Amino acid sequence: MDFHLPEESPGIPVYRVMDGEGRVLDPSQDPQLSKDTVLEMYRKMVMLSTMDGILYNAQRQGRISFYMTNYGEEGTHIGSAAALDPRDMAFGQYREAGVFLWRGFTLDDFMNQCFSNDLDYNKGRAFPVNFGSKDHNFATYSSPLATQMPHASGAAYALKRAGTGLCVVCYFGDGAASEGDAHAAFNFAATLDCPVIFFCRNNGYAISTPTSEQYRGDGIASRGSGYGMATIRVDGNDTFAVYNVTKAAREMCVTENRPVLIEAMTYRIGDHSTSDDSSAYRTRDEVDHYRGNSPITRLQHYLINQGWWDMEQEANYRDKAKQQVMEAFRAGEERKKPPLSDLMTDVYNTMEPHLAKQTDHMLNHIQRHKEQYTTTDIFKKEK
Amino acid sequence: MAVCGALVRSGRLSRPICGRTLSLIGSRPASVKRMASALSYVPETAPSDFGETTKMNLFQSINSAMDVALATDPTAVIFGEDVAFGGVFRCTVGLADKYGKDRVFNTPLCEQGIAGFGIGMAVMGATAIAEIQFADYIYPAFDQIVNEAAKYRYRSGNLFDCGRLTMRAPCGAVGHGALYHSQSPEAFFAHVPGIKVVIPRGPIQAKGLLLACIKDDNPCIFLEPKILYRAAVEHVPVGDFTLPLTSAEVVVEGKDVTMVAWGTQVQVLREVCNMAQEKLGVSCELIDLRTIMPWDSETVIKSVNKTGRLLVAHEAPLTGGFAAEIASTVQGECFLHLEAPVERVCGYDTPFPHIFEPFYMPDKWRCFEAVKKLINY
Repeated sequence: MDFHLPEESPGIPVYRVMDGEGRVLDPSQDPQLSKDTVLEMYRKMVMLSTMDGILYNAQRQGRISFYMTNYGEEGTHIGSAAALDPRDMAFGQYREAGVFLWRGFTLDDFMNQCFSNDLDYNKGRAFPVNFGSKDHNFATYSSPLATQMPHASGAAYALKRAGTGLCVVCYFGDGAASEGDAHAAFNFAATLDCPVIFFCRNNGYAISTPTSEQYRGDGIASRGSGYGMATIRVDGNDTFAVYNVTKAAREMCVTENRPVLIEAMTYRIGDHSTSDDSSAYRTRDEVDHYRGNSPITRLQHYLINQGWWDMEQEANYRDKAKQQVMEAFRAGEERKKPPLSDLMTDVYNTMEPHLAKQTDHMLNHIQRHKEQYTTTDIFKKEK
Repeated sequence: MAVCGALVRSGRLSRPICGRTLSLIGSRPASVKRMASALSYVPETAPSDFGETTKMNLFQSINSAMDVALATDPTAVIFGEDVAFGGVFRCTVGLADKYGKDRVFNTPLCEQGIAGFGIGMAVMGATAIAEIQFADYIYPAFDQIVNEAAKYRYRSGNLFDCGRLTMRAPCGAVGHGALYHSQSPEAFFAHVPGIKVVIPRGPIQAKGLLLACIKDDNPCIFLEPKILYRAAVEHVPVGDFTLPLTSAEVVVEGKDVTMVAWGTQVQVLREVCNMAQEKLGVSCELIDLRTIMPWDSETVIKSVNKTGRLLVAHEAPLTGGFAAEIASTVQGECFLHLEAPVERVCGYDTPFPHIFEPFYMPDKWRCFEAVKKLINY
């Protein structure tokens, strides 16, 4: 009678390509990406970080209502996005802005959503960082955690039936992985042979809850085989490693119609959101330690070692990025908000009679009490 | 309940009790009564322009609807617990054989997964017909339905939607279902903007309304009164036809009292109509709401403005039940026409009981009393 004691089993190893100084450890694992590609990956990570800094401060100034930064996780975004087909349908949680950026979501797109203005794809209905884009094949975010995961399984099943040869990627965090929807998603994907990559960003925290309080087993990766899924654990701050595993996972998905679980070990350098002050639950030293191991720093080392980058280019690019972000920020802030009637549309595919009545009621009321609703000036006039 | 399905198929549930068992337990003494509900279903006739018909009960008409859906829409699939062998209520019998295992398939036992998976399929433009084995078990899917399905189109500014999703679930009293095989959860879902909630009163209605839900580009919840699965039999059109959503139907015309119900309760109120006419000389107008949300208030308001009296009846508990919404709207829109306060005859505010079911239900005698109260106010 042998009980299997998980604490006595070795943990699933972490796959990496580069060391902390950006040196490729095993040349056979070098993805051999072109100079242009790697520079593009790096610039996108810096742009993301720059945008994060400006929008974080904008929230502190009260100019946007809320924001979530991506500090420390840029490698998981860019590494995985670069390895996928841009038509692979993506579902995510809230901390994958780099995937949007890689796929071509513009600075204006980001700003319009954060300002809930008349060009916001969401028509002003959701608060900041609830990005979504049909053109870039990324389903619009929602706040409940892990709900996107079974969606990803179903979407993958539909894609498989349609014979597209594409896969689905589903991003989620270490905390979300505790939700019942995560279990449902894994089980359905495995039993129904769905071509979906489940990409877990294990960044060490779910708001203030460290992973030691989130699970007792060997991370999220150890759960994969329990569901019958191919699984790998990767150094999430090693952009090339993330690239390699995502590329390999994708191949497995589309050729074998099976789900793959990737657990990317990373660290959330910033606060959970602008509503969080993480100094309340972790030390400055801990954060500084991980700041030194950031994906941007490691890729920068690689670029400099290759002779493809230097600190002068760095300074110039950071300036340029800041300017571009500020330009988009100002433009987004100045635009009017959507027309008031957008409060009532798209509940159903057509306007239902009861909502048409409520729309009239709302608009008439606001008209009658114009002087009480002074902010209507910043909303576009009704057509 | 899956056990029942297998036994029905093998014929073992319909064999007489074996002699050995009989000698052990004896036969039932005359003094012991076993209560059974007496439901009489009045078959309806389909409109002639819906074409050729054949005799079907409710589960067969639902099977027929899904057969049509899968035949006409190559993206359509059916999934849920136990649907592959035909389903615990036989609604999917023969469909896996006809359309293949990739189109009619079992999922793991997980309602939140069924709902979430269905939403994901629908987001990619595939027609997803999900089955929840009993409406009583739909609650793990509540988050997916309320926070995801209902809001998908709105929150994405109409970039994305899951309109191709339809979720079906058996609902309502069946005589012995008790707490967890009898529920009518329509009121929970009526409170969620963005989904449609539909309940048929019989086989013809079920097929037409289910096809309408499947074709409708909004996520729909289709609740099927399980007691009618076998008990309701009609000549149902064999072809492809739909009935309109958000359209209440005047089933019996009258001038003195308006009665509103849905599902099985429409049959109960049919009897009450007859009782009212025979015993009181009162002419009742019976309306089947059909779509609970968005509901056809216009038809109900028009009727109450004519009669001045309203009775709403449903099996679901009284407080917060959908009759409250109807009553509230009617008092606002028909205030000066009302001759009496609105009467609601509903289940009591308790969990659905087992042995007490006949006393819990809004039966014809309780409804008849309400009619008298309306007339004598």
